[in-house]
Amino acid sequence: MIVQDAGVIRLGGGQGFYGDGHAGVGPLLEAGVDYLICEALAELTLAILAKDRRRDESLGYTRDLPAYVAMAAAPIVEGSTRLITNAGGINPVAAGRAVVEGLRAAGLHGVKVATVVGDDLRPHDAGLGLPGDTIFAAAYLGAAPIVEALDAGAQIVITGRVADASLFLAPLVHEFGWSDDDWDRLAAGVTIGHLLECSAQVTGGNYSGDWWNLGDFSAPGFPIAECAPDGTAVITKPPGTGGRVSFDTVREQLLYEVHDPAAYLNPDVTADFTSVQLDDLSDDRVRVHGVAGAPRPQDYKGLVCTPAGYSGESRLAYPWPDAEAKARAAARFLVARADALGIAVLEWHEEYFGLDALGGPTVDLDAADDAGTEPNEVMARVVWRCADRSDASRLAREAGQLGLGGPPMVTPFGRARDTGPTALMSLAAIPVARDLVDPGVRIGLEVS
Amino acid sequence: MATVQLRDLCGVRSGDKGDRSDLSLFADDEATYSALREVVTAEVVRSHFGTMVQGPVTRYEVPNVWALKFVLEAALGGGGPRSLRSDNLGKTLGAALLRLEVDVPDEIVRASARRGRRAPVDRTPIGS
Repeated sequence: MIVQDAGVIRLGGGQGFYGDGHAGVGPLLEAGVDYLICEALAELTLAILAKDRRRDESLGYTRDLPAYVAMAAAPIVEGSTRLITNAGGINPVAAGRAVVEGLRAAGLHGVKVATVVGDDLRPHDAGLGLPGDTIFAAAYLGAAPIVEALDAGAQIVITGRVADASLFLAPLVHEFGWSDDDWDRLAAGVTIGHLLECSAQVTGGNYSGDWWNLGDFSAPGFPIAECAPDGTAVITKPPGTGGRVSFDTVREQLLYEVHDPAAYLNPDVTADFTSVQLDDLSDDRVRVHGVAGAPRPQDYKGLVCTPAGYSGESRLAYPWPDAEAKARAAARFLVARADALGIAVLEWHEEYFGLDALGGPTVDLDAADDAGTEPNEVMARVVWRCADRSDASRLAREAGQLGLGGPPMVTPFGRARDTGPTALMSLAAIPVARDLVDPGVRIGLEVS
Repeated sequence: MATVQLRDLCGVRSGDKGDRSDLSLFADDEATYSALREVVTAEVVRSHFGTMVQGPVTRYEVPNVWALKFVLEAALGGGGPRSLRSDNLGKTLGAALLRLEVDVPDEIVRASARRGRRAPVDRTPIGS
């Protein structure tokens, strides 16, 4: 256990998405954190959870939540750590019930578990004009309901769609008593939250510099923020873990998915990341200070998800010589089959692995030709979108004819083929009036 | 002046929100940041990505961390759960941006620690 400075609150970033590894959590708890914060919801995650809940009313939260609770149970019961997570997804009440039952089953009684509901926008569909086939619609709530739950003594707080950074701001507001118009401090808290919300992505994950010098990727150091009441913080990681905390790794995460860096919009505050100062203290410690804030946006951000048809695809690999020519001929074969069968394809997409699959038009295909270099192999990935599921599926079967009747020497890559059509979805961000949402935000408290 | 790929001058991180791609370039010092600010304009980035990006490109300057951010609208084939692309979230578009060639003063290239730096390749068979 690290000796802690008086007045400093230690936040641990224990999860960056639903499916993140658990290996970084143990070292955080061993190093000692006042709050373990698990961010589980990417934009699409609620769609996955909505599908779960349609199958079973008691689901709709991320299924590894009980595992996180089990890992942190000892320090939670002891009172040295609290857990905050938005893993409640589309069903925070069911998540809370599962956690309470899990604690009781483990003989752990007296733990206060809070749930926050009210982010679901479907009860307001008339006011918002939501489409009838909406898969999910949610508002990004702020820190306030979590602060209220912590003030009420909650040791575990489970929410649905709360803005990622607000999960981290909430304990700082609770501990330090920052007022809800102290824009600079709120912005400082959001900055700390933004840095920690993607777990290892601030400690060397996805680092575009000399990543090969970061050591063992199987033992990632998840991030810790040592936060002071004035809003300054030091970002670090548990001793002995992999990765790196440096000016370079921290600034890459600082700008991740923020759009206008001078006006990072969060439900609690607008943060100016162009004001942030990062001091590399060496030894995997970076000091964050100087953050300026401005008033919060008037509306909540809402996200609405609707169906967008089905995709099917075929992967066809061709060897040198003339690999590209063969792969492109195979793609045209599929278009011809769709035409001949009268399959209505709304959209085609082609990629050539080994050539341009990821770079698209940024790859200069002529330059490779001029140099006389031919790829050793090219895999065509041909994708189509249909309104109808069976159309999307039927066209995939047509690719089989290429085995004996197409350009020479084709092979499907590996055994993972014909996974069936994929249901596609569209996401749209909408402004949502706070007055519409706030009266429906409720906090439930249960003791295990 | 020298012509180099961005790979030899700066780092990058890619992200998304809906159908927007969000790319940041990171220079290692003030001089490189200033040189990149001159040449890596929103128009240059828009043109580099060609048909991959259907909407406008906005550039934001972040001098406190020597970074330039580019937000590319209608850039992910409809957004994560709608896109037909392998990289439906645009996680690799940062790498595609590093392929961009720019003209910068010779001394900027000479001073770059990233110039010519390559990851070692370990070809030892796995499981052995």
